[in-house]
Amino acid sequence: MSRTLSAPVTVSFDYTRSVGPVLGRFLTGLRDGRFVGALLSDGRVVVPPPEFDPLTHRATTDFVDVAETGTVTSWTWVSEPVAGQPFDRPFAFALVTLDGADAPLLHAVDVASPDEISTGLRVRARWAAERTGAITDVVFEPDTGTASALVPPATEGDVTGIVTPVSLDYTYAASPEESAFFRGLAEGRIVGQRCPQCRKVYVPPRPACPVDGVPTVEEIELSDTGTVTTFCIVNVPFLGQKITPPYVSAYILLDGADIALQHLILDIPVEEIRMGLRVKAVWRPREEWGTTIENISHFAPSGEPDADFDTYRHHL
Amino acid sequence: MRDVAVVGFAQRQMQDYDGSPTCAELLVPIFAECYEQTGWTKRDIGFWCSGSSDYLAGRSFSFVSAIDAIGVLPPVNESHVEMDAAWALYEAWLKIQTGEVDTALVFGFGKASAGVLRRTLSLQLDPYTLTPLWPDTVSIAALQARLGIDAGLWDEAAMAEVVNRSLTDAEKNEYAVRAGGSSVEDLLARPMFADPLRKHDAAPVTDGAAAIVLAAGDKAREVRERPAWITGLAHYTDGLQLGTRDLTRSESASRAATAVGGLDGVEIAELHAPFSHQELILRRELGLADDVRLNPSGGALAGNPMFTGGAIRIGEAARRVWDGTAEKALATATSGPALQQNLVCVMEGAL
Repeated sequence: MSRTLSAPVTVSFDYTRSVGPVLGRFLTGLRDGRFVGALLSDGRVVVPPPEFDPLTHRATTDFVDVAETGTVTSWTWVSEPVAGQPFDRPFAFALVTLDGADAPLLHAVDVASPDEISTGLRVRARWAAERTGAITDVVFEPDTGTASALVPPATEGDVTGIVTPVSLDYTYAASPEESAFFRGLAEGRIVGQRCPQCRKVYVPPRPACPVDGVPTVEEIELSDTGTVTTFCIVNVPFLGQKITPPYVSAYILLDGADIALQHLILDIPVEEIRMGLRVKAVWRPREEWGTTIENISHFAPSGEPDADFDTYRHHL
Repeated sequence: MRDVAVVGFAQRQMQDYDGSPTCAELLVPIFAECYEQTGWTKRDIGFWCSGSSDYLAGRSFSFVSAIDAIGVLPPVNESHVEMDAAWALYEAWLKIQTGEVDTALVFGFGKASAGVLRRTLSLQLDPYTLTPLWPDTVSIAALQARLGIDAGLWDEAAMAEVVNRSLTDAEKNEYAVRAGGSSVEDLLARPMFADPLRKHDAAPVTDGAAAIVLAAGDKAREVRERPAWITGLAHYTDGLQLGTRDLTRSESASRAATAVGGLDGVEIAELHAPFSHQELILRRELGLADDVRLNPSGGALAGNPMFTGGAIRIGEAARRVWDGTAEKALATATSGPALQQNLVCVMEGAL
């Protein structure tokens, strides 16, 4: 058995930004099927145009169109493409210096093998039929001397913003102590760990005691009954929400623990939730259990009298 | 200026780490080693500074979780950089220069194996004209390598020599993720991965962590007979746009070397070059003499935990000063694509 539990996690978001007058001009050009470069103070024409001149640090104001043909000044073969790249089969990335420009642009070249590309190769832009004003509106291919037909853009006006989708896949590992916690849940047990120095019991357990900086090694089985120390009534709907608001998310200090665990409180009107309320875990049916905190559906009032403030005052 | 030295260093480098991306459980024994080397407890540390990345961890505020490994009651004086921990060391050095603290513990950690490293690092590029193409770090380095080959500045054999020397030296490094030299001919016979780079031309994907202890003046002398006194520390960055940089050069490295007053007399250099040809670029830009011993640890090609690989170079160079192998040693750290940002740290046995 592996020391730790792991699971796939995908983190994704759209990087959404306004692009300003310089990049906006470049991206508008791509949308319209042309390359816009900047004339810098040292006389070089650079594509994409930098927002500020690297030498004078002044805002870029001089723009020139350059050709859609150019020369490969360096290249590499992407033998194992990764997600999001312009091709999902082997292809070339290249530095392409467009005719009329003095600095190269990094982009993809559509060739079938590394034998078909070399430094000095002449290439030409191949424009996507539907262009949005993004660097992905174009790829390059070896220049055969004839331009491909350029489909007019579907929209007009300046490109003012960009959306770059970002999605990253991870294999997320729990720490060994968290893994013990999740394995315990699969057996219907709530496992905490005690710091050998300050004797505090953490649940879920942590790799190290945040007070003493030593591993928490001693395993402690905790009761599934505890006290609400603080809570919040969730009224805001959000993406992925599983329960209809309003509902209560609370900190529950399990009996025997020194740190509260966050979970849901259900089976009680939200206006009756209070600090000191005694609650008990409501477990899902055993056949649904996995190595997850979701084995506990929620916490519900245990029916005991409220706890004295002094029993949890040091755990707020 | 206050006299500040490297007095402690601990590291772990591994192919993949069976644990959480915050590496808190990995940091605990590394800090313990630093306490053992210095004879201090956490209360003797005036300032803590770390280098790591949430993109590598795939979770937000991973550096906050990592400070569990310190033990933060009473609260500690702490900071973080989203860069290699070598830059955390720079911040700590500055903090000591202010006189506010006399000691600092700098650490870095990263679990690169949790995602696809060469892809994750696309997120450090310009999000408008580069990231949407997801140009991976290995491809960008390969474009840089070919520019140098085409310009006649180096060739594949010279790159293979760097690999062979590094992996031979790595045999003596217990933390090396990859080790074992062969021959230039054998290396050149292996298949291309990102033409003109073979897999051995790129640092292996490495998980790991490291910690470095800094101390000023007498505090340093308490710990070691020969502290590695930092006599030069500088960092520069080149522009964001790959197209406007001369990728066969590293102007930032060159300027950093000039800023520390030149590198004459350096006997050993630990150069942070995650790709074989980048060592050739750095050697030239730093103007290192032919007899300077490069990367006796095996360098980044033997193991390169992200956000820690540069700091490890500083720790390895400091060790050579502590044990008297070198009177004057150099370490460099790099961050960003294609050697975009470079830090130079010179350490000497005598002030």
